[in-house]
Amino acid sequence: MVPPAPSPAAAPLLRYPHRHLLGIEGLSPAEITWLLDLAESHVDQNRRPDKKLATLRGRTVMNLFFESSTRTRTSFELAGKLLGADVINMQVEGSSIKKGETLIDTAMTLNAMRPDMLVVRHDSSGAIALLAQKVDCSVLNAGDGSHEHPTQALLDALTIRRRKGRLAGLTVAICGDILHSRVARSNIQLLNTMGAMVRVVAPPTLLPREVERLGVEVHHDMHAGLEGCDIVMMLRLQAERMQGAFVPSLREYFRFWGLDAEKLAAAKPDALVLHPGPMNRGVEIDTDVADDIDRSAITEQVEMGVAVRMACLEALTQPYP
Amino acid sequence: MTAVTAYTNARLLDPASGLDARGALVVEDRFIAAAGPEVQIPEGATVIDCHGACLAPGLIDMRAFLGEPGYEHKETLATGGAAAAAGGITTVIAQPQTDPIVDEPAVVGYIARSARATSPVRVHTMAAITTGLRGSEMTEMGLLAEAGAVAFTDGVQAVADAQIMRRALSYASHWDLLIVQHAEEPALARGGVMNEGELATRLGLSGIPDAAEITMVERDLRLVELTGGRYHAACLSTAGAADAMRRAKTLGLRASCGVAVHHFALNELEIGEYRTFAKTTPPLRSEDNRKAIVEALADGTIDVIVSDHSPQDQESKRLPFDAAEPGIAGLQTLLPLSLELVHRGHLSMLDLLAKLTINPARLLGLASGTLAVGRKADFVVFDPDTPWLLSESQLLSKSRNTPFDGRPVQGRVLRTAVSGNTVYALA
Repeated sequence: MVPPAPSPAAAPLLRYPHRHLLGIEGLSPAEITWLLDLAESHVDQNRRPDKKLATLRGRTVMNLFFESSTRTRTSFELAGKLLGADVINMQVEGSSIKKGETLIDTAMTLNAMRPDMLVVRHDSSGAIALLAQKVDCSVLNAGDGSHEHPTQALLDALTIRRRKGRLAGLTVAICGDILHSRVARSNIQLLNTMGAMVRVVAPPTLLPREVERLGVEVHHDMHAGLEGCDIVMMLRLQAERMQGAFVPSLREYFRFWGLDAEKLAAAKPDALVLHPGPMNRGVEIDTDVADDIDRSAITEQVEMGVAVRMACLEALTQPYP
Repeated sequence: MTAVTAYTNARLLDPASGLDARGALVVEDRFIAAAGPEVQIPEGATVIDCHGACLAPGLIDMRAFLGEPGYEHKETLATGGAAAAAGGITTVIAQPQTDPIVDEPAVVGYIARSARATSPVRVHTMAAITTGLRGSEMTEMGLLAEAGAVAFTDGVQAVADAQIMRRALSYASHWDLLIVQHAEEPALARGGVMNEGELATRLGLSGIPDAAEITMVERDLRLVELTGGRYHAACLSTAGAADAMRRAKTLGLRASCGVAVHHFALNELEIGEYRTFAKTTPPLRSEDNRKAIVEALADGTIDVIVSDHSPQDQESKRLPFDAAEPGIAGLQTLLPLSLELVHRGHLSMLDLLAKLTINPARLLGLASGTLAVGRKADFVVFDPDTPWLLSESQLLSKSRNTPFDGRPVQGRVLRTAVSGNTVYALA
């Protein structure tokens, strides 16, 4: 099947046509472009001293996190506040909820408080779609298990688009723990939809079965995988997966799959390095590469994150057609 | 004067004898007095006209979880028995993963007494292979068999330790007892919640590879060769395991296998967007595997079809996919879904019914599963052709977890009789 080419002739969207944002899968090129354009407009706005808007004044946004997170939650909180919304943070943890036993009860309870939007993170794939079926408000997926993390893919796309001027035709290598990564899945969906060429590079134990069926080129070797690519997207390797279970050791992983200047040399000279954070320096990425302001866009990604989340919150509070 | 009832004008189907003919069945005092095309209807008999419907031995479901004792909120012997009766099943083999677990002769006796008091159909019990299903020590198989256990299984857990499995097969062979394995290598299946492959990758769910089943079946077959034990793989789901069984049978090993209805009626795509009703163990597999299972049914590699009835209450299913319990409530859908194999030309009616009657009876050493004269009159009358829609609302089980709601099927149960007593009749 030929991936749908983004058509420049398509009529511009007037609004985001879905009730929820549960994943990148299913979004059209026009919808993604619309979200990125809206986010773009917030980037400059956010750099002004007087940046607070009133777009979402009177609206309530609830951040409901079943999995601990500082960065993503803070980014969503700031995005909501910059748009003038009232933002409430709920960190739900503990073993009973982790099993998901009261997920639907929690959803029903919060729903009764009549929020305008729920921003949800959960450690089970599909849990947020389940929750979305039980509430009346819009639901934004802030990461579900190993499934999707749509705002991360959008912020990566915005970062790339601002640096490279486009997404179509670029070669992007996503490297590291693809198996457990929702960031990788959302990025594969988005980049394929927008006409980029996607490669995944990882040791065989960190690749999911039949990943090539998602429309990616599969590499095990970093040099071959990075050869001639425009973007190198590194993924975080969780500490508990380093010692023997999936890879034998940290130092072996860094030796063969950690991004250092030598491996990066295989990519194009102006290739851009991305990482969703938080980084494990010396595990998946070398400090020199991470801090190279010419090559690394890692802090820019964080800035784009706020703009993209503002765009998504705005999109979902528009009247649902 | 004993009660005599004649069921006339029926298509008599008895896979044990190969009988497939229009005729009558005569029941006298709970037993089959006559069955065949040229049967004399005794004077004074109550005559029930079957109007050409099929009449076959009552189905024997070799694998069903019936909740009692300990899980009465999911199923009871009364509700499970009623569902079985409505499904044309006259004998259900209950699974041992109850609370307490069936690893004590007293529990076998308890279930038998409770079933006699509350269930409209016969219930036999499989006992555990290992104490507490812990996989480390053998149960008292001799005493359990004496108490009435018809076979041994650790339920939905595999006997993982090869040495324990070897000894169980070896020890059980002294009484010629059947060892039933949930063939899934636990280390390969660990953390997995669905079939490993493209769909699991897309959904971000951990997969269970085909190899988890294949390696376990292949290992077990080597142990059967070593011990001469009698082995049955409970529910196959993969082409590779079916191949292994096919080879074992040509070698003359004492090995047999079963399949759950959903493994030939569905594939993994049923999960769609995280539908927990389609979560099963072993998991629903790829379409290629499903086709291979149908092939293995057709060529006789698979001996038995089971419902693998696993009732789950709402609280066990209305959860994120990875946290939900596996299983399908399958007693009532066993026959209509199995008939698809006949309607699609994969199996003859007699071959299908053999896998639901005489084959499980022989494996378990039961006298039922046939219309032979002198046997207890356990039988089902069904219309093989009527099209209708399966509906969750018609399920009599205490739990209604079925992915088959709204599925168009052909054929339905009209009457079920146990010892000549009608325990279900279609209203």
